[in-house]
This record gives sequence, structure tokens and C-alpha cells, in this order.
Amino acid sequence: MSKEKEKDQTQGTSISRRSFLKGVGTGAVAASVAPSVLIDAETAAEAQMGEEITRAKIKLDINDKAYEVEVESRTTLLSVLRDGFDTSGNRVDLTGAKPICERGECGGCTVQVDGKAVYSCMTLALDAQGKQITTVEGLADGDQLHPVQEAFVQHDALMCGFCTPGFVVAAKSFLDQNPSPSHEEIKEGLAGNICRCGTYPFIFEAVKTASRKMGG
Amino acid sequence: MAEKKDYKVVGTRPIRHDGVDKVTGRALYGADFQTVGLLHGKVLRSPHAHARIKSIDTSRAEAHPGVRAVVTAKDFPAVEDKIADLGEGAANVKDLQDNVLAGDKALYKGHQVAAVAAIDPHTAEEALELIDVEYEVLPPVIKVLDAMKEDAPLLHEDMHTDEMGEKSEKPSNIAAHFQHKQGDPEKGYAEADVVVEQEYTTETVHQGYIEPHNATALYNPDGQLTIWCSTQGAFAVRGQVSEILQIPVSKVKVVPMEIGGGFGGKINVYIKPIAAMLSMKTGKPVKVLMSRADVFEGTGPTPGSYVRVKMGATNDGRITAAEAYLAFEAGAYPGSPVGAAAFCVFSPYKVENGTVDGYDVVVNKPKTAAYRAPGATNAAFAAETVIDEICEKIGMDPLEFRILNSATEGDIRIDGPPAPRVGFIETVEAAKDHPHYSAPLEGENVGRGVASGYWPNFGMKSSVSINVTGDGTISLVEGSTDIGGTRASIAMQAAEVLGIPAESVTPTVADTDSVGYTDVTGGSRTAFATGYAAYEAAQDVKQQMIERAAKLWEVDPEEVQFADGVFSSVNGKEQEIDFKGLAERLDETGGPVVGRGTADPNQPGPSIGLHVVDVEVDPDTGKIDILRYTATQDAGKAVHPSYVEGQIQGGAVQGIGWALNEEYIYNEKGEMTNASFLDYRIPTCLDLPMIDAVIVEVPNPGHPFGVRGVGETPIIAPPAAIANAVYRATGVRLKELPMSPGRVLKAMGKI
Ligand code: FES
Ligand code: FES
Repeated sequence: MSKEKEKDQTQGTSISRRSFLKGVGTGAVAASVAPSVLIDAETAAEAQMGEEITRAKIKLDINDKAYEVEVESRTTLLSVLRDGFDTSGNRVDLTGAKPICERGECGGCTVQVDGKAVYSCMTLALDAQGKQITTVEGLADGDQLHPVQEAFVQHDALMCGFCTPGFVVAAKSFLDQNPSPSHEEIKEGLAGNICRCGTYPFIFEAVKTASRKMGG
Repeated sequence: MAEKKDYKVVGTRPIRHDGVDKVTGRALYGADFQTVGLLHGKVLRSPHAHARIKSIDTSRAEAHPGVRAVVTAKDFPAVEDKIADLGEGAANVKDLQDNVLAGDKALYKGHQVAAVAAIDPHTAEEALELIDVEYEVLPPVIKVLDAMKEDAPLLHEDMHTDEMGEKSEKPSNIAAHFQHKQGDPEKGYAEADVVVEQEYTTETVHQGYIEPHNATALYNPDGQLTIWCSTQGAFAVRGQVSEILQIPVSKVKVVPMEIGGGFGGKINVYIKPIAAMLSMKTGKPVKVLMSRADVFEGTGPTPGSYVRVKMGATNDGRITAAEAYLAFEAGAYPGSPVGAAAFCVFSPYKVENGTVDGYDVVVNKPKTAAYRAPGATNAAFAAETVIDEICEKIGMDPLEFRILNSATEGDIRIDGPPAPRVGFIETVEAAKDHPHYSAPLEGENVGRGVASGYWPNFGMKSSVSINVTGDGTISLVEGSTDIGGTRASIAMQAAEVLGIPAESVTPTVADTDSVGYTDVTGGSRTAFATGYAAYEAAQDVKQQMIERAAKLWEVDPEEVQFADGVFSSVNGKEQEIDFKGLAERLDETGGPVVGRGTADPNQPGPSIGLHVVDVEVDPDTGKIDILRYTATQDAGKAVHPSYVEGQIQGGAVQGIGWALNEEYIYNEKGEMTNASFLDYRIPTCLDLPMIDAVIVEVPNPGHPFGVRGVGETPIIAPPAAIANAVYRATGVRLKELPMSPGRVLKAMGKI
């Protein structure tokens, strides 16, 4: 395939993905996780279309700790968390958020940005500057698990556990916004996350217990 | 052999040992693995479904700055055409190599063709574009019946059908045909009052484990290869990599990381040998990760199939004859689960006159892999809906029909052996007694359906060792990767023997150098067979501890008794010490106690279940909603009832996804057009009602606690149960999976 043609095709994919994400906006994604995801998704797609790759040093506030990291304009928050280095060469090394689809389809990479659940695979690192980022590693207070984490363990709301970090963060965010949800609301609220092991019934129980523990 | 009924630990619901690690993000999965000097590998995949590879030129990629190595099939050592027993079944080693990196031909879109190691993932990706592959594109063949045609394009020009041991003259895409036969089907049909024959098709579906495949390999100049990866069987990876790369098994160490689901799909190797080859070339650790699209397009799904079932019965509900014709897509290389399908298709029933024909057929799709009761779901979709039609024709309740025709222990199966004991009647009775079955079903376009599912379960080999710790706990080292809570269910079986709480066991899944040989976590065997090995290891510990107590009290070991976690001696003065107390005194009595247990049990005990489902069908859109779902299953003895319920629910959810939405959609070029979670929709919580899991316990005589494996059976019944419910709701029988809105409307004659 010629270089020209290849470029066209790449652009084609990005554009259609972007419009697709816009189109699907009221469905899977927006119903559950914060709407800001959509905006981030668009920006991410746009950035990936750009020819110029610029590098920049930025500051990120992750789990109440300041990090200085070097990123490219296309670098996602997920990749900074998992594979990034700070400027003194130390790994950020927060591998709780998982790369599963890296296209905003599964919720396995969910983190909180300024209190809202977002897909970190669809959030550019650049856009997370100056905001408070909380990952699953930042939920517990020392040895004291967050009530959502405690409830997930208590109800065995996990099988393989790979979707769990995403569900835990999504559930926590959801309860922050809706402290005493109904069963149907929990379903709606967590519909942006997928569990292939099918632990949904236990997850619902865990969220209800957490809601009670958190005083909802 | 089940020894006693009043268990202290088995049957309880302790907190899982790895729970906190998994809710805090601390648990380390394969992709989380990091090490110094790591290179990143990326794989070039065939854009064509079927093509001859005329040449591969890697020179531009090799010259790209940051690239450290490029590999293609040329880098493989020569192997003989031989069959090796690896993972869950036998495979031809040459096929394994070809599937890892295509040789002369690319046989499916996504087939791995070459790979690059570079200083970072982006550089590796750039280099992939600099590999020049010259393809001669060939016509693809995607569906099983097309591939079986005389004039179909051939995937392997030198493949001849193995026809019950004889090789066919002409080359063919049919790798093998076998037949099981018993009695006289024609005589059976002559005795029947009704005979029903129907044809069914199912599409390719994927296991959909959410963790993509991953591997990091390090080859040391001394010839030692280490692979950190996600797998259902570290020893299976060791065996396959050793065969593919012709390295002795003693030189390969596989470290299983936590695993994010597998369902059968993480037994075959894809990128593990590639990571190893790249490390051999560079001398550096190399990490290779798949994307979600890679997983869909490049790894084993479960086959699409064509199934024809014919069954005759008398008006009073007795099956007189049954036949099944099963044609399964193997993917690009032979080895579909058609054998298991043939085994399961009529297994719940007593069939005196019957034949089962199985065809293993290659098509231009990824080589299929196991998926939860592989083959059984396709087969049951056909057999269980034919039974429903018979019940309707003779006016019999479908549960009564199943009770009447249930195979009993010792009945000779169509494939020869006698049927083992399993609680079929008990699971049907449990469904009958469940309030769901008698609850009135109100409204329009609603219907209730039932179906059963049978899976033989596997035994296979397992090893466990147990170290007694001075504080009265034990550490338990096992070779079975924990895919859904087996750390706990295995630990519980050891704890039961030693009279200690489950929390006093620290289970560890070890690498291949640190534990005895253990087969894959698959075939519903782990809680059963590795649990059995844990039982044996704990018995060994118990015996040694009895000797320690005897030494302490200066009595004969025969005089020491052990019950409820307490060692006692009645001779002379009465003495007692509990497990913890004795563990604290090991140093005075001879030092460490280490117990060993191995198992290769040959009576895994089948598992069976009966599902009841209520659906509502929207006559305008064709959408099926699941209103209520109940699944019963014989678990033998549920070691950890929550996990058994979780397996039943999880399996049912996957079966519902298979029934309603999931399928690989191909275009005419043989390209999968929906390789993402947006377009290949797996169920989310919005798609599901609560699923009531009902555990039935008919102890398995082949296990000390009566355990039967439970993981696979629950996926089998859902498609048939839902199809039967849809018939009640609409008067239309669906014979194609998935029952997507379009297919439903078509069947209803609306489009
Ligand atoms: S990995 Fe981010 S949504 Fe799937
Ligand atoms: S626990 Fe395995 S995917 Fe959710």
C-alpha cells in the first residue's frame, strides 16, 4: 500500500471513530460514566490524527502526589499511569487501571478526575493537568479499605478480578453522586463497565452494602 | 468414597485470599509486569483471510532507528510433523508453529506473520509498517458447509480426510470424520409415533476474556528461558514453547501472573513464543501485548457449526432413536471440539438406537480454542430444541420427558462406555420444585423455555505441596492458575483435612520450577483434581504431624488420634494438642514438616444442569428480553457455595450473550468486521435479570468430598432454553444463533 493511501486510511478510521463516538453518545458511555468522557474521546481521536508529535513536561496530581512527567500530545492518561516515568526516571507504576479495549468500550481503565469517573484510555494526559486524579490505588486510607473495596471483598464481587479496579472506581464515583441508589439506578450507573466473568449479581450486592456503609 | 458429611470448612463461604489485592489494584497481571531494560514487541498480522506469502522483506524495518530485532517463520527451528499432547488436547507441532508465525500461507485475517522488538511500543509499531510482505491473495472459505464442498478452495493442499482411520484419496478441508453408532436407528424410528428432524447453524463466538494476551520473555545466554504471562496452564505454555522452539522443557520456566479470564482461550500460545524469539535475538527482556482487535482476530474463538438432529419418540414419551450430524469449524488448522460435542449431544438421555457423525473442518478463521464446555453448547442448541418440539407434539411437560428419558448409571452410551452417576433427575426435580417453574407468566409475547446441559468434566494431573509454618498456619503451593477463586476452594480442602480455618492457609500459585507438574485450569478440573492433590498433601501433613505428636508424648504413632483439628493420645495420661500448638513445637520434634500430594483422578464425575428462562419478544423490533432466569446444577459437593453460584451465573450470562448477540460478522473478503467490544456486544448488567442459581448435591464417588467440577456446564443450556421460550412467545422456532433482532424478525416473517 502506498504511503499516501495508508495515511488516508488512518485518517478515515479516526474520523469515523470520532463521529461514531459522538453518535453513540447517549448510549453505553454517557449513560454511566461522566459525560466528560465524550469530550475527551473526541480530543484523543483528534490528537491521534495530527501529524506533529510534540513532547511536553507536565505536572499531574495523582492520588494526592505531584508527578512531573514527559508526555507526547497523543499520550493517554492510562499510559502515563501504567508505563510513564517521572522526570527523575522513576516509574509512576500505577497498574491498577487496566488496558482492555483502549477505546472507551469496557470501563476497565476507569479513574476519577476531579471527582468524576472517566475512561483513562480516552483521556489525554495533557487534559488531566491541574486536576485531581484518583486511581484505584488511591482509594484506601493506608490499611483501611474504602467501603466500596471492603464490600467487593465481602460479597466476592469478583472472579478473575481484571475488571474489578474499574468497577470499584466506577462504583465509588457513582455512590459519591448518588449515595442511596435503587437497584435499577445501580444497573444504569455501572453499565459502562463490562465483567465477562458475569459477577454482576455480586457487584450489585456489593454496591448496596457500600451504600449503607457510606451512610447512603 | 466421600468420607463424612459434617464438614467444618468445605461448604462454607470464607473470604477469598486474593480479594484485597484485587480490589486495591495491587494484584499483578501479565501486562503489569515490569523489568529493567525491557524492549517492546509488536506483531504484524495478515490483512488477508487467505493468501500465499511469496516473500517477506524485513530489511527496512531492521534499519529503522530503535529497532532491535525482527522475526518471521524463517527463524523457527525445523520440526517434524508430529502430534504432541499439549494443553487440553493433542496438536500437530508444525501447525502450532505455523499458527504462531505463518509460513507459506496466511490462513486468516489477523494471522501473525512477523514481529518486531524495539525500544518502545510506538517505534515497534512504526517498524511494522516497514516490513514488506508480498501476498498472493486467494479466495477465502468461511463457513463450514462451504468448506466441505468438493470444489471449495483448499486451505492445506496436502490435507486428506481421516475417515475413521483411513486417509481420503483427494485432499479436502475436512480434516476428519468419525461416527459413533449403537443399536438400529431405523428400527427405532419405526417404533416412534413422532419423528422430528431439524437443521441448525451457529456462528463463531469468542471467549471474550477481558484481559488481552500478554507475554514477557527473557532468554539468558546460558540457555535459560523465562516467560511471565497470563495463562490457564503454565506447564502447557512450557510444553508448547519447548516444542515450537525446540528447547528442552528443563530450560523453560513459565511464571504465571494473575489471569484476567480465559474460559478455555488461554491455553494455546500465540505471542509467548514470539516474545521468546525476540528475546533470543536481542538478549533483552521483551514484552508483547495484544490489543482487543488482535484478540478477536488472532486468537481462538469457538467454532461456528452446522448441526442436524433427528429424534423419534413414542406418544408416551420414550425416545426410540436419535441421530446427530455435527460439522464444526476448526479454524485454520484441524482440531475443533466436535469430539466433545459428539460426546455431549445426547448424554443426558438413554438412547438405545443412535448414530452420531462428527466432521472437523478447516476454514479461513483463527484456529479455534476451547471455550467453556467446548462443542457442547452448539450440540445442545440442536438436541434440546428438538426435544422441545417432540414434547409439544406429544403433549408432554418437557421436565417430565427429561425425567422419563434420563440415562441412569450403567446405561450404555452411543459412543460405547457406560453412563456414570450424575444427578440429572435431581436437577430436573429441583427446577420443577422451584417457584419459577410454576409462576404464572403474564402478558403478551412472553414465553417460558427449559433445556439441559451436560459436560463430562476432566480429571488430569495436579501437584500440591504444603509447608507447615511455626505459627500454626500452612502455606500451600499449587500449579493451577487461579482464574475464578480456586486458591480459596483448594485451600479449603486442605484446611478441612487439617482441622484449621481456611484463613490459616496461604495459597500460592507457583512457577513451573517451583511446583510439580500440573495440567491446565480447564475442563472444570481444578477444584476437583487440584483439590484432590491438596487433600492428599494435607493427609501427608496430617500423618507427619501425628508422628510428631507421638514423639512429643513418647508414644507409638498408632496411639495418636486426630479429630476436629486436635491430636490426642489416650494411652497413659490423657494428652491433647491442637494443630497450632503442635506446629509451634516442630523444632523440638524433628524440624520442618512438608507434605506432598499429587493426583491424576480418573473419575471426575460429570456435571449436569437444567435451566428455566422467561422471555419477552418485541414483535416490532425482534428484540428478546430475558425476564427471569433460574439455573439448577449438580455440583457434587459445593466447596465454596458462593463460587459455585458465581460459576453458574457467569456461565449462564455467557450463554445468554451467545444466544442473543454474540457472533463474528464476516464480509465477502473473509474479514471480521466487528472486532471490538462496541460491535461484538457482550452482556452488560443492563441486559440481564437476576439469575437464580440452585445448587444440587449428588456426591461424586470419585472425590473424597464428593466434588464435581462446575465451571463449564452452565453455558450449555441457555441458547436452547431461550429458543424454546421464544417459541412459546412467538410460535416460531429459531434455528440459528445468535437470535439477534434481525434473525428473530426474519423467522417471524416480518422481513
Ligand atoms: S480500556 Fe479504557 S474503556 Fe476499555
Ligand atoms: S471478574 Fe473477571 S471480568 Fe469481571
